[in-house]
Amino acid sequence: MSGFLQNTFNGLVGGAFYALLALGLAVIFGMLRVVNFAHGALYMLGAFGAYVLLAEAGVPFWAALVIMPLALGLLGMVLERAVIHRLTRLDPLYNFLLTFGLTLILQDLVKSRYGIQSSPYATPTELSGSVDFGLFDFPTYRVFILGFTVLLCVGVWWVLGRTRVGMVVRAATERPELTRAFGIDVGKWVTPVFGFGIALAGLAGVLAAPMRAVNPLMGADLIIVVFAVVVIGGLGSIFGSVAAGFGIGLIQAWGEAYLSDFPIVSQTVVFVVMAAVLLWRPAGLFGREEAPA
Amino acid sequence: MAAASAAVAALVTGCGGGGPQSGGDQKLTGDKIVLGVLNDQSGAYSELSGKNSVKAVEMAIADFKAKYGDKAITKNISVETADHQNKPDVANSKAQEMYDRKGVDAILDVPTSSAALKVADVAKEKKKLYFNIGAATTDLTGKSCNKYTFHYAYDTYMLAHGTGTVTTEQVGKNWYILYPNYAFGQDMEKSFSAAITAAGGAVVGKDGAPFPNTSGDYSSFLLKAPTLNPKPQVLGTMQAGAELVNVVKQYNEFKLRDKGIGLAVGLMFITDIHSLTPAALAGTTYTDAWYWNFDQQNREWADRFQKETGTRPSFAHAANYSAAMQYLEAVQAAGTDDADTVVKGLEGKEVNDLFLRNGKIRAEDHRVIHDAYLAQVKPQAEVTEPWDYVKILKTIPAAEAFRTPSPDCKM
Repeated sequence: MSGFLQNTFNGLVGGAFYALLALGLAVIFGMLRVVNFAHGALYMLGAFGAYVLLAEAGVPFWAALVIMPLALGLLGMVLERAVIHRLTRLDPLYNFLLTFGLTLILQDLVKSRYGIQSSPYATPTELSGSVDFGLFDFPTYRVFILGFTVLLCVGVWWVLGRTRVGMVVRAATERPELTRAFGIDVGKWVTPVFGFGIALAGLAGVLAAPMRAVNPLMGADLIIVVFAVVVIGGLGSIFGSVAAGFGIGLIQAWGEAYLSDFPIVSQTVVFVVMAAVLLWRPAGLFGREEAPA
Repeated sequence: MAAASAAVAALVTGCGGGGPQSGGDQKLTGDKIVLGVLNDQSGAYSELSGKNSVKAVEMAIADFKAKYGDKAITKNISVETADHQNKPDVANSKAQEMYDRKGVDAILDVPTSSAALKVADVAKEKKKLYFNIGAATTDLTGKSCNKYTFHYAYDTYMLAHGTGTVTTEQVGKNWYILYPNYAFGQDMEKSFSAAITAAGGAVVGKDGAPFPNTSGDYSSFLLKAPTLNPKPQVLGTMQAGAELVNVVKQYNEFKLRDKGIGLAVGLMFITDIHSLTPAALAGTTYTDAWYWNFDQQNREWADRFQKETGTRPSFAHAANYSAAMQYLEAVQAAGTDDADTVVKGLEGKEVNDLFLRNGKIRAEDHRVIHDAYLAQVKPQAEVTEPWDYVKILKTIPAAEAFRTPSPDCKM
């Protein structure tokens, strides 16, 4: 029983990363109709930024947790204004290619400066112990990630559900043309929303630094699964992306724990789930069929 | 007419071949020697070998020229290099291009077992030399062995025999093995299990983790380890590169050492210890093929290497240097770069150089045997200079370090 609870907990921790990344992708897709392939690279920049801040300036984890999302959010807004914005009127494929190219550039820039070898990043001492839950104990850092991510998701949900900004974003996500027709200036929210999505990726990167290998390709490995998560949740569905993120985390953890004799199954289970969901609900679990244009 | 021209040709060759020193250049194809370094220059294995191995080979060429001066068989020695991206098909086509179009006489390095085996096939077909350094599979000297392929630095048997045996004797008898589920990992798991059992230990559990592990998470395996019955005393991880980094980070996170489970690593390079920091690995044992701070000779070379590259050498760098040097020496001695003649000169040769200690190039299967080392990562407090992260617990004599020639090898 305690083993099962531990694995469940782990699944939720893994899912927290998927949820943060998928949430960012979902708001960006909803608002801009851009599939941001560079999301994984920006997650990597978050982790690398934390490493560089600590190694070269002695800036601790907690400060990095604030600095990196802000810095990357700003970078995101610059990118949106400078390049992505120019392509949004064209076929979505153009922005897909653009963000894919950005991924390669960012990865290679980091690679040429810091190499491919993983960089060291220690768990902050305040969080390095473990918490005793009676039936089992669990690393404090993982408990922190889970609590922090849940709070953040609740916060985002509150902003979207209860504030005027949130209303505009939701409306623009569901029916952009109609929202414009009501005289709401959707355009002025596009850049901040893009920045916000990127900031979430940066945040996930900083959170990952103490427990994952920090190297230029860390985002490339993860992003494929995150795309599957977004598709399962329903492209552009904000609640769907978070729910699917945690769900896929759980499925992966259980798969690795209880299907380890069938490695093929535990490796592909995410994509099997994706295929099944698409057959059953082509728009994803929480997505809605696009209204015919 | 044909007979006449053949006679003239014979006369010309007879006159030209007056010995390696006088006019030896005619004995070399294209009047030059070209070495080819084929390895990973952008991916997971680029730090432990990669472009710095090209530098190491260039150092060997410079040393060879300095040693022989005007007596060198040629001064026209160059290096070709290519990135095989760890993909067998890329390695295959790059190797063909090197031999056929770039005039390469010998290919060096080639990490990643699947890519290494492809290049062995190319070397056999083209009848050109190939010194494998970066790959671990024993198949290179087993069922895929051939006349032109030499396996130079290490293999899965060496790693498992050294680490498996000594850790079982000194740390604990019960093992839990975690391996990446592909050719290398499966091969390592088998080699380790055999060595552990032979040393009187037992493998109480083993799991193949997904490869590549996209989630980066190993916690389900690490949580399982302490619950096994009997409880393992050693976690043997066969992951490499960034995956090894993930396993070790999470091993520390779940505090398995405090729970009485020590850590043994199947394959580790000095570059891995550098990125994980010695603190994260303190006390971990592994088998090393060469260590830069082992003795004065190694250290002096490592100082030169650091001047060239800004970093300390891994064993792969030293082995690339050594293999390039031994090839050039063999060509010098043979007075020709004709592959069959050079192979004949190398077979059975006993060598002591920077990398090969008590080395011998075995004729039966072309396994190059040499002393190996059981290494242990120092506690942070004992690390007094950058990159000096391990102490050598034991030198494993060449004859013990490697397996006896396999019956699977038919030259």
